[in-house]
Amino acid sequence: MNELAERLARRYDAEGWHEQRKDLASISIPALRVRDVLAWLRDEEGYKHLSFITAIDNIERGVFTLTYTVRNHDTKHSLMVHADIIRENPVVDSVHLLWEQAWTYQRELKEWFGIDCPGSPRKDEEFVLEGWDQLPMMRRDFDSLAYSNATYAERPGRVTHDPAAYMKAQLYPEADQ
Amino acid sequence: MSSKKIEMAPLANEGLPLEERALFCDVPPREYEPARGVIEDFYNWARSQSLWILGFGTGCGAIELRPLMTSRFDMYRFGIQPRATPRQSSVFVIGGYASVKTLKRIVRSYEQMMGPKFVVALGSCTINGGMYWDSYNTIKRIDQYIPVDTYITGCMPRPEALLAGFQELKKIIRAGRAEGQNLYARNFEWYKENQKKVIKDWNMPDYNW
Repeated sequence: MNELAERLARRYDAEGWHEQRKDLASISIPALRVRDVLAWLRDEEGYKHLSFITAIDNIERGVFTLTYTVRNHDTKHSLMVHADIIRENPVVDSVHLLWEQAWTYQRELKEWFGIDCPGSPRKDEEFVLEGWDQLPMMRRDFDSLAYSNATYAERPGRVTHDPAAYMKAQLYPEADQ
Repeated sequence: MSSKKIEMAPLANEGLPLEERALFCDVPPREYEPARGVIEDFYNWARSQSLWILGFGTGCGAIELRPLMTSRFDMYRFGIQPRATPRQSSVFVIGGYASVKTLKRIVRSYEQMMGPKFVVALGSCTINGGMYWDSYNTIKRIDQYIPVDTYITGCMPRPEALLAGFQELKKIIRAGRAEGQNLYARNFEWYKENQKKVIKDWNMPDYNW
C-alpha cells in the first residue's frame, strides 16, 4: 500500500499516510484536488465504493477536515482521504458526479457544519432538523448545553452524582468510616 | 372529570397559508362533559378496561411495547391493545426521548385522538430529559407540551414496569381523575405557546385535524 501513498504524493502532493489497520489507512490531500484524487482512486486504483463522507471541526487550526472514506472491494482495503478547508469560507467541490449517493452526505454537511458543495442536488434543503435557525449544530463553537438550557424547560430537582463515589457509598458504606 | 367550560376565540391558524386556513377547524378543544353519577362511573370502568394504544413509537423506549404485545407479557389480558390510527386510540404512549421533529408529530397525533384520551410517558427522558439533558434537539419535559396522566420511570423501563404503569392508569381512569384532556383544553394557550416556542417551523393548524 505504500506504493499507493507514493503515487498519491507524487501526483497530488498527498502526505501523512497513516496505516490504522491492515485494511484501513488515511492520507491528507489539498482540498482543491479532492475531486481529482477521488476520481483517480475510483478509476485507476479500484476504490470504486464511496462508504462515507463526514467532517471534523478542527477549530484550533481554523479548519474543517473533510473525510472521504472509499473502499476497494478487490483488495478489501479502505482509504480515508482527508482534506482541510478553512472554517471562514467552507466550500469544497461536490463529488456527486463521481458517486451519485454523495449528495445525501453533502446535504448533511451543509446542515450540520455549514459546508457548501456547489452544484450538489438539494443541498440547501432541510436534512434532519426542521426550522433550525442557529449555528450549524455540529460546529464546536455551537454551545449545545446553553441552547438546551435556554430553549427547553427543565424539571427542578434533578441532581447529578459522580458515578464512582455514588456507587462506592451505596455498595461499601463502611469504606468511608 | 370536570365539566367546566371555557369560551375561547376562534383559532387563527397563522401557520397555514391564507388559502388553506378555511379548510381547517378553528375551534379550540373543549373540556369533557361527564354523564351523571353512576353512568359516568360505568363509563370510566369501561374506559379503564379497554385501553387502546396508538401504535406510534416516538422514541427508543417503544421497543418495550413489542414484548408487551407478544405471549410472554401479553398485554391483551389487561384489555390493552395497539391501534393503527389516532382516531381509534385512547392511550398515547410517549416512548422515551422526543426530538423537536418528533414532538411536532406527537402534538399532531395527540390532537387527532378522540377523547377521552390519556397519555403515558415512558422513560426518564420524558420526565427530565434523561441522558439528553444537554441536547440541542431533545425536549426535557414532555408535560410542557402535552398533558401526561402517568409516568413510568426507567431507562428504559421493563415490560413489567409498563404493565404496572398501565394498571396505575386504569386506577386513575376508574377514579375519574384522568384529567389530562381537560388540562389541555383549560390551558390550551399555554400548551400552544410552549409548543410553538420549540417547533419553529409551525406550518400546521392550531388544533383539531
